[in-house]
Amino acid sequence: MSAKIRKIAVNIEETHQEIGRKIDPATRKAVAVAVIENPFAGTYQEDLSLLMEIGAELGMLLGRKCVEALGITPAQAESYGKSAMIGENGELEHAAAILHPKLGAPLRKEVEKGAALVPSSKKMGSPGQVLDVPLGHKDAAYVRSHFDGIEVRLNDAPRADEIMVAVAVTDSGRPLPRVGGLTHGEAAGKDGLR
Amino acid sequence: MSKLNLRKTAYSVEEILHEGGPVPERSLCRAAAIGVIENPFAGRYEPDIQWFMEDLKPLGLQMATRLVEMLGGAERIEGYGKGALIGEAGEVEHGALWHAPGGYAMRALLNESRAIVPSTKKVTGVGGRLDVPITHINASYVRSHFDAMEVGLNDAPKAGEMAVVLVMSTGARIHDRAGGLAAKDIQGEDGLR
Repeated sequence: MSAKIRKIAVNIEETHQEIGRKIDPATRKAVAVAVIENPFAGTYQEDLSLLMEIGAELGMLLGRKCVEALGITPAQAESYGKSAMIGENGELEHAAAILHPKLGAPLRKEVEKGAALVPSSKKMGSPGQVLDVPLGHKDAAYVRSHFDGIEVRLNDAPRADEIMVAVAVTDSGRPLPRVGGLTHGEAAGKDGLR
Repeated sequence: MSKLNLRKTAYSVEEILHEGGPVPERSLCRAAAIGVIENPFAGRYEPDIQWFMEDLKPLGLQMATRLVEMLGGAERIEGYGKGALIGEAGEVEHGALWHAPGGYAMRALLNESRAIVPSTKKVTGVGGRLDVPITHINASYVRSHFDAMEVGLNDAPKAGEMAVVLVMSTGARIHDRAGGLAAKDIQGEDGLR
């Protein structure tokens, strides 16, 4: 593996109740994070292909961790998202190299299909900072009930020479969706949008 | 009738492969479980609160069982800890109700766990974080296993809620070298050494 991993964390949240109403079955979200060494910390590197390869590896690894943590089959995944936070000796472009060119394809294998764009966020940061990972429906980006997010943070990452890479997967939308729009049941899931 | 009213459960597991030193053969895993519940005593002073400990027992067992599963079985667990975050309409004393049901739930599932379960608690707002202490399950003085895990949720505890927490770990700090009593030298009689 190209990625030098220091730490992996997986969080699951299950909402059984929202504003006094029972949610049954509970809505469930998982986020998996890898803390890796930034191979280009402190230097300007023109060619970022190593980070693109790392992105591909982590798309598979972190996608699988989420699906396993939720105890679901890949087909049961409903939404996903990805994010990266770069420690202070790196640059924002490092996040783009990890997230955009190659991370998506292996992630889509782990969640089956995944016709929709994987929503993403990125930032520079430091240990303990919060990373908000956006979530969107995996096959039809316009499914309004599945626009959501999940917060992740680690008190000890990213250190200055590190990168935190996060992938989030859910088996459900928001707990009490009622703002209309395209529904999960109506989505055709062919063009990634509707 | 149980007054336990659960809004949310959250579980975290961390696998630490190294922290800048040589990568050990076995990585360290830590896991935390959080249960977000209604605080039945929020907003008033209630003299008699101990009955709620009984209602907390099934939640403790559910959370501890899940932690053991996440870490790969009871035989792998070497450290534990517990804590509580109390929403602002409650008092710190309400968090103390978690001591018995939280601690005994973990000990019921683990072998040789004579050591007191270290704990911490505080009143906080939504998004408050808690550094939950961890010590060896069978001998509190084992220095390699002194550790902690930070937990918290962005949407809890609300004013009328409590977030109760259990934490387990599978071993020593990843590059443990601060000496003291080692796990292999435990006498295992008094829970201390």
